[in-house]
Amino acid sequence: MSGAASTLRDYLTTPTPRSRRHAALQRAWLAWRRLRNNPTAMAGLGIIVLIVLVAAFAPWIATHSPFEQNLNNRLAPPSAAHWLGTDEFGRDVYSRLVYGSRVALRIIGLVTVITGPIGLLIGAIAGYAGGWVDAALMRITDIFLAFPRLILALALTSALGPNIDNAILAIGITGWPPLARLARAETLTIRASDFIAAARVIGASATRIVVGHVMPLCMPSLIVRLTLDMAGVILIAAGLGFLGLGAQPPQPEWGAMIAAGRKFVFDQWWIAAIPGIAICVLSLGFNLFGDGLRDALDPKTHS
Amino acid sequence: MLRKLAGLSGSIVLTVLGLLAVTFVIGRVVPIDPVLSVIGENAPPGAYERARADLGLDQPLHVQFGRFVKKAVTGDFGVSVLTARPVIDDLKRVFPATIELASLATLIGVLLGVPLGIVAAVRHQTWVDHLARILALIGHSVPVFWIGLMGLLVFYAELGWVGGPGRQSIAFLDIVPVRTGMILLDCLIDGDFESLADAFRHIVLPASVLGLFSLAYICRMTRSFMIEQLSKEYITAARIKGLSEWRVVMGHALRNIAVPLVTVIALSYGYLLEGSVLTETVFAWPGLGNYLTDSLLRSDMNGVLGGTIVIGAIFIGLNLLSDILYRLLDPRTR
Repeated sequence: MSGAASTLRDYLTTPTPRSRRHAALQRAWLAWRRLRNNPTAMAGLGIIVLIVLVAAFAPWIATHSPFEQNLNNRLAPPSAAHWLGTDEFGRDVYSRLVYGSRVALRIIGLVTVITGPIGLLIGAIAGYAGGWVDAALMRITDIFLAFPRLILALALTSALGPNIDNAILAIGITGWPPLARLARAETLTIRASDFIAAARVIGASATRIVVGHVMPLCMPSLIVRLTLDMAGVILIAAGLGFLGLGAQPPQPEWGAMIAAGRKFVFDQWWIAAIPGIAICVLSLGFNLFGDGLRDALDPKTHS
Repeated sequence: MLRKLAGLSGSIVLTVLGLLAVTFVIGRVVPIDPVLSVIGENAPPGAYERARADLGLDQPLHVQFGRFVKKAVTGDFGVSVLTARPVIDDLKRVFPATIELASLATLIGVLLGVPLGIVAAVRHQTWVDHLARILALIGHSVPVFWIGLMGLLVFYAELGWVGGPGRQSIAFLDIVPVRTGMILLDCLIDGDFESLADAFRHIVLPASVLGLFSLAYICRMTRSFMIEQLSKEYITAARIKGLSEWRVVMGHALRNIAVPLVTVIALSYGYLLEGSVLTETVFAWPGLGNYLTDSLLRSDMNGVLGGTIVIGAIFIGLNLLSDILYRLLDPRTR
């Protein structure tokens, strides 16, 4: 066992990597080592892992069905049978909270899948091509940045029709411009380096340079930004849910749960308070982890 | 300078056109048929085509967009289905309430955030610094509507320190004549201090909630600007010269961060507009955000698009303002 571990460690720390993948793994190992020494980042990672586990094992962790109504036992305070009480339809708040993690993580995942590639592609193309392509793409980016993000998402969701898929689409459409800006800035510095010139001299096509050389080098800062952005995505999704434009009942979305609890906040305060705490915790997890990731992947920036 | 100004105004025109284009497209994709919503389901045959032509919907898209831009620039956003009045009149009516709220919140953010950021930078890694960091994390992790709701629960329902939702208590409604639309100013002009106290009790909580987020942002930026300045050589030189720490920080470093700080404050005002949508909903504050969400929930697209355009335009205006301020205040950009 210890023999295997030491060979793995040797593989990860040898000063002469033998392949691209080897070198990439070594870099990842170094970043992980830096991250491990950062207690707040590890706390953030712990929160994220915990919530992912809760979402994965929701049927076993929840005590009730998130949809099961019991009108005889509505608005009940926390008790042994219902750990966090019941809502206005007698549904178990704890179980809805547990299942709500699935909704939240699904939103985060899908939004990231939309914003990441669009931002990377537009930013890298604009930065590498320069000239009028750059000017046109950045002008479009600026237009999207001219809207406050929530307002644009609101208008889009209301136009497309209020449901969770449209909310995800709207948050995605409003999320890529800062990423494109970032990817463009990275590309501009990468483009000027010697190895890009060398690749061009060899005769590599623009597509090959952008996809094979520029984009991979944009990834670290993009990943950091995406992680930090996930906290913002949670808040905007919750805001849309709160306004009734995101997840529709009876889906257990945390923002919508707060909206439902709002009517009873002065008497049964826990119904609105508890989903809010869940939002704060998950969002805090991504913020802490993202900050640590930034320090680990990019030692240049220190706040 | 003139060329820069021309370039700047050119890019502003393009951005505003883009803003209108995006709202135009949003208005087009709505699944509600605008003709049917005008004439109703049971209109006689032929009426549909007439109404369609009246609304200009039979024209090609670029002609429609041209009309849309012309109308929007003159402030014609159509009639609100919700209030049966022109959207622009509604917006004018609700606008002062939002300005009042956002201004007070910014005031809180600046008065507390700047000093806290400075102290956090000077006393690096002490409890003040940690407090500043925690505040910044709260600003990034806590939903504004939830804080508002919890604030109402604690400070209004439990402690009774502040007024409830709305701008005034029922007993004080319609006593002070509307002059500026900003309730605190109106009370002051009228000299009605009882109404003023009541209005203050109502605005203090929503303004504090919004101010908390403004404070978090301003404090974080002040801190990082200050840390950067304090590590520069002219600061070391000033210290060697024997200046007091107060003079070093307030006289030298603060002067150098003043310009970027003004930009940050202008931008934070823009972010408050976003936060005000949710805050106004929680506090039933009759402002722009509340108008926008009311229109949204009743699928009143004219109201939604008008509100969106106005908020977008203010946002662009604030960005422009911070740009101009930067150029005016920083001698290096002249």
